[in-house]
Amino acid sequence: MSKLSSFFGQKVKVINLGIPSFAEDLKNQGVESIHTEWRPPAGGNKKIQALLARVEDWQNKVKAEKGAR
Amino acid sequence: MLIDIQEANAKALAAIQAAQPIIKGIDTAIDVVPGMKKNLILHAGPPITWEKMSGPLKGAVIGGLIYEGLAANPTEAEKLAASGQIEYSPWHEHDGVGPMAGVATASMPVWIVENKTNGRKTFCTLNEGLGKVLRYGAFSDEVITRLKWIEKTLAPVLKAAIPLAPEINLKNMIAQALQMGDEVHNRNKAATSMLIRELVAAITKTPFSQEEKVRVLEFMHSNDHFFLNLSMPAAKVMLQAAEWIEGSTIVTTMCRNGTEFGIRVAGLKDRWFTGPAQMTKGLLFPGFEEKDCNPDIGDSAITETCGLGGFSMAAAPAIVKFVGGTVSDAMNFTRKMYEITEGESQAFQIPAMDFRGSPTGINLLKVCEKNILPQINTGIAHKDAGVGQVGAGLVNPPMKCFEDALEAYVEKYCQN
Repeated sequence: MSKLSSFFGQKVKVINLGIPSFAEDLKNQGVESIHTEWRPPAGGNKKIQALLARVEDWQNKVKAEKGAR
Repeated sequence: MLIDIQEANAKALAAIQAAQPIIKGIDTAIDVVPGMKKNLILHAGPPITWEKMSGPLKGAVIGGLIYEGLAANPTEAEKLAASGQIEYSPWHEHDGVGPMAGVATASMPVWIVENKTNGRKTFCTLNEGLGKVLRYGAFSDEVITRLKWIEKTLAPVLKAAIPLAPEINLKNMIAQALQMGDEVHNRNKAATSMLIRELVAAITKTPFSQEEKVRVLEFMHSNDHFFLNLSMPAAKVMLQAAEWIEGSTIVTTMCRNGTEFGIRVAGLKDRWFTGPAQMTKGLLFPGFEEKDCNPDIGDSAITETCGLGGFSMAAAPAIVKFVGGTVSDAMNFTRKMYEITEGESQAFQIPAMDFRGSPTGINLLKVCEKNILPQINTGIAHKDAGVGQVGAGLVNPPMKCFEDALEAYVEKYCQN
């Protein structure tokens, strides 16, 4: 709790993810902010996310096996 | 399977970087193109049947059959094209590329480009110029007459000149052209000028008449896109070096036939992944509207696949006057492409980005994960056969190609 109250006592610097206008609004109010262009992996497509996860799992196994040799 | 994707992709990228495309010569398609025969028509893009071809591709097929002497007129050509006696095959399956409709027949002369590093060759027809041309689906008498002149005069003069000129390394020429404001897809002004400079003395030394030599030089000079039919096979031969490296997720082909867009991936040998060809957004010539436009067509996206064209638009700010958008758009397109590529070209540098190498080696996994599509700039063909080019603009592939390729990749490699 004490950490939270000290946070609000400080100057806030914002990294904005998502909608760029949120960062613009803060800037207009004098709040230091930068916008980061972030999107959910695979644009939120669950099927593609699952396929990518399978590739990642396979590669983790490959790396582990190679490390064991 | 014990394959490290990073290692496989590093190997693919190294092979692309090591390629040294040179102009080997010019010859007749049937004599040099693998699998070429009299009743075969090569075309741009993934495989397609006559029934599914769009207007400009059908028009180019009609023109090709008349040029080849297999049909006397368009009606006869159309009948023959649908008869089953004519075979159709993608240029990409015959070690070549074709701009727009990309139609090539047995008697057409083709550039031969060789990768000196591994000896592999690629092929492409000679650029016909702008306006009513076969590659945009036009087949009138003037189109056939020009094609015959290319066969009987242009190609023989250049074929004789090439051995008399210093060896032309296309990679070096493209690298220089990028320093001079080209991206060698829709802007080839500097590269065409350099090509003429390299060949002019040799052309004058050939045993052809003064009139023929002057006409050849005038023809090349009048066509800023003359070099496109060399930048394309140069890009193709560089990417061939990455075929078919087991486990690699580097995209080695992107192309369109006017109906479908197709890609191929280094680790998925010979397999096509297709989706509907998209409509190009851009600047149309006076008198044309969006409803006149054909969907995306041509093998010229091989330049983007190799980190040129839309991927190097930051090197060619003047191109926005041709394809639309602003100079900052051009810079941003290039910046964005670094997010989906495996590395940066050692040869192709972009002055406006502090000589950073162009984004090279499209990684299928990055395209899918970041949901960012490759950026292509391209010419726009009229949807009807025989009309020609109506503009130029910007387009992306359909995401479906990449999603299907990812699914196939997982099926092949991740079955443990």
